[in-house]
Amino acid sequence: MKHIKRVFVANRGEIALRIVNACDELGLETVVGTSDADRNGLAARRADRSVCIGPAPASESYLRDDVVVQAALGTDCDAIHPGYGFLSESPKLAARARENGLAFIGPPPEVMELSGDKLRARAEAARAGVPVLPGQEIAANQKAHKAADQIGYPLLVKAAGGGGGRGIKLARDRDELDNLLSLARSEAGAAFGDERLYLERFVSSARHVEVQIAADEPGAVVHLGERDCSVQRRYQKVIEEAPAPNLDPATRNALAAEAVAFAKAIGYRNLGTVEFVVDADTGEHFFLEINCRIQVEHPVTEAVTGRDLVDLQLHIADGEPLGFAQKDVLFDGHAIECRLNAEDVARGFMPSPGTLSLFSVPDLLALRVDTHLCAGATIPPYYDSLMAKLIAHAEGRDATIDVLLEALEDLDVEGVETNRALLISVLAHDDFRRGAVSTDWLERAIA
Amino acid sequence: MALSDEDVREILRIIDESTLTELQIETEGFSLHVRRGGGDVEASGRPRVRPVPKSETPRHPPGGPEASASPPARESENDGLVTITAPMLGTFYRAESPGKPPFVDVGERVEPDTIVCIIEVMKMMNSVTAGMSGTIAAVVPDNAELVEYGQPLFRVEPA
Repeated sequence: MKHIKRVFVANRGEIALRIVNACDELGLETVVGTSDADRNGLAARRADRSVCIGPAPASESYLRDDVVVQAALGTDCDAIHPGYGFLSESPKLAARARENGLAFIGPPPEVMELSGDKLRARAEAARAGVPVLPGQEIAANQKAHKAADQIGYPLLVKAAGGGGGRGIKLARDRDELDNLLSLARSEAGAAFGDERLYLERFVSSARHVEVQIAADEPGAVVHLGERDCSVQRRYQKVIEEAPAPNLDPATRNALAAEAVAFAKAIGYRNLGTVEFVVDADTGEHFFLEINCRIQVEHPVTEAVTGRDLVDLQLHIADGEPLGFAQKDVLFDGHAIECRLNAEDVARGFMPSPGTLSLFSVPDLLALRVDTHLCAGATIPPYYDSLMAKLIAHAEGRDATIDVLLEALEDLDVEGVETNRALLISVLAHDDFRRGAVSTDWLERAIA
Repeated sequence: MALSDEDVREILRIIDESTLTELQIETEGFSLHVRRGGGDVEASGRPRVRPVPKSETPRHPPGGPEASASPPARESENDGLVTITAPMLGTFYRAESPGKPPFVDVGERVEPDTIVCIIEVMKMMNSVTAGMSGTIAAVVPDNAELVEYGQPLFRVEPA
């Protein structure tokens, strides 16, 4: 590494630890900024230094871009890694870091602005020749009926400032559309500070397939294959895998090529993910959005490509060229990740914070476990409930599923409720085994 | 039993400086019930922090909204001293600007509203008040040092 010597980790949990470990391997020093609740977390203890950036609520600590930059400067860091969630897609943080001479490990703020504006991103995708779902912006006071009739019902009402599954409503007919439009507008204003809405065709049987891309500072872009994240509950991913099962090769190639074309068109830098919806009935695919961060599910791509994505992020942010071409990206085997959460499935997936009296994941050859927890650790109530990511990598999909089932069956966890039983029932389900579930499958299956 | 204004002030002072949050005294013909900070007993008697624009003198902080960081509690030590901790991460400044005398020094008396230091976060100057009455026994960080949330700033001998 030429320029980056010390990295400020502006995150918590397993991803903070993941970043600390990646920096360690590169000989980079790390400073973890923790909230008051995470002072004794594993990431803070493993890092060269930790500083407490504020009280437990994220709004007063992990979401304060001013405090994060001040902390990075005050601890002589030269780069900020934002992880995922929190400030990871904040153009404000990226801009503030740049203004203060810090490398932001992610795309430039201008790209984040564009990506965060779903309407602009849609328009740019269409301009780059990427198929987008039929849709149209609906200005305030504008009659939506004509646009809606052209798109056809059912349709989605989406907030331009939304994304990641937030700010989406389904209208099955004209009456429903009339009823929810003004509410959707005020909700969008309140949640995203942006009242703009647009209508988009609803794909009733949809698969969520996303393409991992990497772009260096000189502007070279490659893809690292796709991931299928169709097992979802309320737009939150539960199980992810690479490659996407039963995806026809023409679609696979088209998705990858379009993701690269789009990234080039918008001047993307560093790692990102282009999300698509694939219509399970017709096989058509459409652009959804681009995510400007390392994803929770990045390990499945690491498993099948043999490349360390956080390491790649650091090298790109340091100004290095990718050092490999598309033809050098090879794929091997199948990988599946499941997210073990501290939640009470029986009580509406209510988060289940607490202290782990027991936590032990079996040590299996084909299994990788990304976690910041061990027996005795506390899961605070302030943040998401992700406990661990279990990633299996094997020759074929069935063998991969079997590794995860063995790991989940033999997992010891006491002190909090978890979704383990749900994960086991999904992995063992015939529909999942056959490999083509759609995004509404899990909710129908557990209803 | 007749109470003078002076008596009431004295009672309030004693309560103010104690760790009590609520006090009820009842004697013949006299009843007094005092509670700190109205409904929110947690919030009283703690250091307060207000954003201060750079141009303005911290002695007259604007009446704008308080910084969102909730001030940490004072911590009592075994030696009887009370610690004022940093209500936010930032750069610790003992004086309004370089060359000016420090807001407070060892041996000086402070009242709850006395500004004891400034914490800078990205050019935003936040003045920190003592939140208690007493005498400064020690200044913990060096001037212009990065302080973390909750880090000890001053040790105070309560009056």
